[in-house]
Amino acid sequence: MKFSDFVAVDAIRSNVEADTKEGVIREMAQSLVDAGSIAPGDLDGIVKAIMKREDLGSTGIGRGVAVPHTKHPSVRRLVGTVAVSHEGVDFESLDGEPVQLFFLLVSPPDRPGDHLRALENISRQLRDDAFCKQLKSAKGPVEIQHLLEEADSHGVAS
Amino acid sequence: MSEQVVSREVVVGMRHGLHARPADLLAREARKWQSRIELSNAAQRVDGKSILEVLTLAAEAGTRLVVEARGPDAREALEAIGSLFDSNFNEQQDEDNS
Repeated sequence: MKFSDFVAVDAIRSNVEADTKEGVIREMAQSLVDAGSIAPGDLDGIVKAIMKREDLGSTGIGRGVAVPHTKHPSVRRLVGTVAVSHEGVDFESLDGEPVQLFFLLVSPPDRPGDHLRALENISRQLRDDAFCKQLKSAKGPVEIQHLLEEADSHGVAS
Repeated sequence: MSEQVVSREVVVGMRHGLHARPADLLAREARKWQSRIELSNAAQRVDGKSILEVLTLAAEAGTRLVVEARGPDAREALEAIGSLFDSNFNEQQDEDNS
């Protein structure tokens, strides 16, 4: 799976304003609403579901990256977006580091394979330190979009 | 201290595969031990102490993996990691949130 298979480019944010876990999640979910990827009426339910998942264990996976996510019956295919916080947000990550790079995923129930492949793609690409750094220092959403496209074209993603 | 190398096969029993939460639990457990912990499938071998690495396995339900521990506490580490898989990471199979 590639980034372009699930990232809504219009929802990419290169500088989130929120400085709390829930704030960032809400801001990203709102960007998916604004991009037309999720319905406005589902916003609160999706934010609540993602926070409930976070209560089970942080999705901060280290290296300043988090992948907040949930399943939700309102989406018919996996949708997601990317955001960067320049200041970093405390996400109770395994390595204790603040998170600067967020990949938010909303997947239809009963498609666990797609969700796993999206996580695989994100984690495989982010093993590249230079890629991580470039995303975190991107000047705008378009630059992030280009970085993702470049990664897609290099990857051996299936 | 003598260095031990032990390994065993495990099966991913969770309906949703080795997703973010079990990967987090796995890495947290692996980090408790001095030994190096590696997981491998047919294609690759990854560091069990890194969630990021574990997620690159994209191990779906039913996948067989080999866990190898190498170090002074390898035996105990392998037992601890193995029992996580044996208990399906204490995951409810009807769990709604992954």
